[in-house]
Amino acid sequence: MRPFKYTNATDEGAAVRAVSGNREAKFLAGGTNLIDLMKEYVERPNELVDVAQLPLAQIRATSNGISIGALAKNGATANHPLVRQNYPLLSMAILAGASGQLRNMATNGGNLMQRTRCQYFYDVAMPCNKREPGSGCGALEGINRIHAIFGWSDKCVATYPGDMANALYALDAVVRVKGANGRERTIPVQDFHRLPGDAPQKDNNLEHGELIVAIEIPKNNFAARSYYLKVRDRASYAFALVSVAAALETKGNNIEQARVVMGSVAHKPWRSTEAEKALAGKPANEETFKAAAEAALAGAKPLEHNRYKVELGKRAIVLALQQAFAGGAA
Amino acid sequence: MRDKRREEDSEINEEASPQEISADEEKLLDGLGLHGEARRKFLGQTLGGGLGVFALQLLAKEQALAALNAPPDAVFAQNAGLENAVKVSLKINGAAQTAEVDSRTVLLDLLRERLDLTGTKKGCDQGQCGACTVIVNGNRVLSCLTLAAQCQGKEVTTIEGLANGDTLHPMQAAFIKHDGFQCGYCTPGQICSAVALLQEAKNGDASHVTRNLRAGARNIKLTDEEIRERMSGNICRCGAYPGIVAAIREVQAGRETAHKTWHFATDEEIAAVMNEEGRSDATV
Amino acid sequence: MARYIGKEMSRVDGVAKVTGRAKYAAEFKVPNLAYGFIVLGDIAKGTIKSIDTKEAENAPGVVRVFTHLNAPKLGPKANSEYAPPENSRQQDKSFRALQSNRILFNMQPVALVVAETYEQARYAARLVKAAYTAEKHTTDTESVRAGARLPAQGRKPTPRGNPEQAFQNAPVKIEAEYRIPIEHHNPMELHAAIAFWEGEKLTIFDKTQEVYGVRRHLASSFNVPEENVSVVSPFVGGAFGSSLRPNYYPSLTAMAARELKRPVKIVYTRTQMYTGHGYRPYTIQKVSLGAESSGKLASMIHEAVHNTSSFEEFNDNTTGFTRQVYACPNLSAPTKIADTDFNTPTWMRAPGAVSGMFALECAMDELAYQLKVDPLELRLINYAETDPESGKPWSSKALRECYRLGAEKFGWKNRKMEPRSIRDGRLLVGWGMATGVWGAFQSPASARVTFRADGTALVQSATSDIGPGTYTVMTMIAAEYLGLPAEKVKFELGDTRFPRAPAQGGSQTTSSVGSAVYGAALAIGAKLLELANGDANSPLKTATASDVEMLNNRLRLKSDPSRFVDIAEVLKRNNLNEITETFDSRPSQERQKYALLAHGAQFVEVKVDPATGTVRVTRAIEVTACGRILNPTTSHSQEIGGVVWGIGMALEEATEVDHRFGRIMNPNLQHYHVPVNADVHEIETIFVEEDDKIVNPLGVKGMGELGMVGIPAAIANAVFHATGKRIRDLPITPDKLL
Repeated sequence: MRPFKYTNATDEGAAVRAVSGNREAKFLAGGTNLIDLMKEYVERPNELVDVAQLPLAQIRATSNGISIGALAKNGATANHPLVRQNYPLLSMAILAGASGQLRNMATNGGNLMQRTRCQYFYDVAMPCNKREPGSGCGALEGINRIHAIFGWSDKCVATYPGDMANALYALDAVVRVKGANGRERTIPVQDFHRLPGDAPQKDNNLEHGELIVAIEIPKNNFAARSYYLKVRDRASYAFALVSVAAALETKGNNIEQARVVMGSVAHKPWRSTEAEKALAGKPANEETFKAAAEAALAGAKPLEHNRYKVELGKRAIVLALQQAFAGGAA
Repeated sequence: MRDKRREEDSEINEEASPQEISADEEKLLDGLGLHGEARRKFLGQTLGGGLGVFALQLLAKEQALAALNAPPDAVFAQNAGLENAVKVSLKINGAAQTAEVDSRTVLLDLLRERLDLTGTKKGCDQGQCGACTVIVNGNRVLSCLTLAAQCQGKEVTTIEGLANGDTLHPMQAAFIKHDGFQCGYCTPGQICSAVALLQEAKNGDASHVTRNLRAGARNIKLTDEEIRERMSGNICRCGAYPGIVAAIREVQAGRETAHKTWHFATDEEIAAVMNEEGRSDATV
Repeated sequence: MARYIGKEMSRVDGVAKVTGRAKYAAEFKVPNLAYGFIVLGDIAKGTIKSIDTKEAENAPGVVRVFTHLNAPKLGPKANSEYAPPENSRQQDKSFRALQSNRILFNMQPVALVVAETYEQARYAARLVKAAYTAEKHTTDTESVRAGARLPAQGRKPTPRGNPEQAFQNAPVKIEAEYRIPIEHHNPMELHAAIAFWEGEKLTIFDKTQEVYGVRRHLASSFNVPEENVSVVSPFVGGAFGSSLRPNYYPSLTAMAARELKRPVKIVYTRTQMYTGHGYRPYTIQKVSLGAESSGKLASMIHEAVHNTSSFEEFNDNTTGFTRQVYACPNLSAPTKIADTDFNTPTWMRAPGAVSGMFALECAMDELAYQLKVDPLELRLINYAETDPESGKPWSSKALRECYRLGAEKFGWKNRKMEPRSIRDGRLLVGWGMATGVWGAFQSPASARVTFRADGTALVQSATSDIGPGTYTVMTMIAAEYLGLPAEKVKFELGDTRFPRAPAQGGSQTTSSVGSAVYGAALAIGAKLLELANGDANSPLKTATASDVEMLNNRLRLKSDPSRFVDIAEVLKRNNLNEITETFDSRPSQERQKYALLAHGAQFVEVKVDPATGTVRVTRAIEVTACGRILNPTTSHSQEIGGVVWGIGMALEEATEVDHRFGRIMNPNLQHYHVPVNADVHEIETIFVEEDDKIVNPLGVKGMGELGMVGIPAAIANAVFHATGKRIRDLPITPDKLL
């Protein structure tokens, strides 16, 4: 771990100014991903601005829905009564991730910022365009069982590994950030993460020094019928092979509108508007769900070791929709 | 460095300790030059948890090592300067501590390398095993991914802080009773995790396997399935999971809940299944 | 009536472990300690062209950077004995760090940075820059399979009968290939050592399964007499075979300490654990079974190939037990090895046996389906009444009882043969079984007992307790035969100041060290009798040592307990405060006349999600026949551990190698999956005790390995029963069941 200057931020403005003023500075919140990557020498900041004490942990109802503080812990967020009652899909997704200890440390803002778990990214002896632009992609023709089947480029086939964000995508969340000029802006979560393209080193569309202050979720009618399904190599404490955040708004047996987001299949949570279209206005039954699953995976481009994700993705979507319709998280 | 509670233990143990000392331990203590008050204090620390011989032997070894002097030609760094020093004040097991640390120091290394609290274990140093679990401000967290600097003003409880003098924490006692460990290396993390977990259940916190998330309720009685999921952040390579689950179940229930999962085959049992074979090598 | 043997006893080291005060290798507080951090190389084969340590040396806190250019050469390698004990002594060609510019495997240590603090050493290690001349490497065992050879060491695997012909002629046959990836032990404790020198005397706190092995290794490395080296290892945080050999870090630590004239500590990172010790080798097995239509085996051909390193032969005898499990007149079961550019594999829990039995017991299941015979029935049809290999009788074998009891308890008779015939809601349910087998090994071992007039005893032997409960069981044995309450007995281990004991490996500790403790306790009785009978009025005047026993501080006649002497009085009369006896235990000659194995039957239930391919092992029953059970509490825990390891091997564990780089890509616990709590459900043990007077005086056989041996096959068979899919390549991850 490279030596770094540690400062404890006393207010948002100072924190943002400090990081904005130093290209090699980073915000430190829960540290669950950043400290690990610093030990691995993947992240090498020379300054950490600790924002954990800033008053950004509040979770409160707003006129349009809910505002979740960026520094609220994942665990506290999943267990907040407003979240459990109105956005159980978000609770489910958070609780599917990591472990109790990590959820007590990790913040919501940090969770959005978490980096890929690609083995080549983690090993500084290996080529990786995300870590070291121009060095090549080790996974493209290497071990890529856990890698992307959508939206990858020949520069990078890594996936976004998290769970929480998949639910946020399904729930049309908006990310509120504060920039160097002190101004706040909002980014629809769908536009928060990027596809790798030619610049896989950039995971998201934040400017350097911008600080996530809150995540806002509008009201919706999904609470009664939503489900987060995570398929993994062991029963718990493992990243997903494929995950699905599914949400249905129904009238009787008919689907009014739907959300289908897949995790661990792309460089960002992969929302399938194709699947959502295939569900809207249709009766909620296996045939509809299967059609949606086919639509969702139609554009998949698997790599050598992850062909299974195409079939698994379809099945996971069907199962998640069935569970959602059956009352899932409720 | 020693917390108040442990100071009190040494008082409590003053009378108990002599009878637990054997002749060769006497010899050992004499050899260390520990007499009178010093001896009482030493024994107070070591026998405090009723751990007797093990810690005594080992601490005696360390006492002997403390006298180890570096020879004049020992090599030290030319430039040992501490970079990016951060001063941290925190409470550990009830005792106030202040340390000046390298900004890169994680809580785990502060405990193990600086404060001699080696009960907290390093299993992966990457947040992937749970061996380093400690309780900070009431929450279980991983000390390997927590910078010491982030602990300013926090209250940290480690495995060393759970027992109350001679009396083990009920979770510690239950782990022994149900053989919830073998090598013992993940055990402090498991126990810290389990202790905090019971509070989470009291708070009504949900888990990945909790059904009906929307209907929150406090004081959740944890099923085995719930305990397993909630303890999955603590890896035990020896595989003592069933004992761990039994221990937590029993502590939460406050009464005996375990059913025995082993037995010796009896003659009758063997005879009953072997009658069509008419032959048995087993004797019980 | 036994007071301790066979009864439940909580671990005597339990309090130390649950309070965090048990000290593991890296936890001893030593003044003036410096921290070493290992730098790993980036290529699989070649030479180090240059290595730039300038920047690292100039980093704050750095004491010195060692590379092959400035590290002292370590002395000649000594013979070394490893567990399991059947393996003969062989020349130590093990890898040692920083001895040349040759790169023999990827992630090989190329430098050691020593600094004043851990943080400083870790950072400076990143500043060391090595340049290499790479050569073409081979890490894929599949690519060298054709050139595999029989190992030079060990018995030649001569065929029995005419297996090829018998296979050709058999009316029913199956032939299949099975694969097991490289697996790593991943004990929770990272391998670590603290070393310091006082003149020519070395003390090292090390994580090891054999303190004497480390002592021998270090004495030869530094050309000092063995008695100059003190190895201390009171607690070991799991090892599972990974600490049977000294590995490269103890000599590296001691070397740095010697050069710097101060104590040095080295702790592997989790990543360094993947090349810092051995691993279960990549194993390819082809099994051909031919049977009569009755199910009687006519031919067994079981060929295994696994990898070894380019510089050292390792052979886990994958097919060894195949020769003894079933009665079959025609058999061929060679294990071959092939060189790869990895470090050397080593023993990993149930070495060889669990790999070989995975293939054989899956093949037996496949044969059962071919024959349309119940898989358990097929095992009974081929039950070996005597050792098929040697023709010798078994010293004891209650495997039939295990099969029957397990079947009864599990409800096996309700099993429908057809796959996919049981459901639990959406889930497919499958039942599978397999046979477990392991040796009843015993090695020479010594123990010392000091019995004091105050009615306490100190028992010492340089064995290890990596988790099976050795502290506890040795305390029980001593308490039983010294006639003392267990709390008056203190057992110490893990220190070269104690009498010699073999490595804790191969499930032989209780049989070997337990026999020594037992012998030493009896020697105390004999000594006391001699002292008592120095008195003309001794009530035991005519008794011999075998006539007496100790109980509650009395030495008494077994046949007439009213005739006794008070031990304290005897000692006092002889002006003694204590007496000490050391006993050297050796395996008996009698053992040669028998075949000695421990057996078990294992039954598991799995539930498979047909949509996602995820498998849960929802129930497991271990029925175990391994002689006498001394402590059912810790024995049951061993069985549980065996099942959990079996679950890991069957469903989760694989070390992934990118053969383009010859590099392990998942050297951590996030991508190398071991079972977590949620993976494990109810595990039940039934002990079928065998009264075996042949194996050793305590009548014990090993069980630490045994409980794992059949589990991967039982799970794979259950998965087939649940899904109709026969997965022959481990691990059975969800993607393979779609």
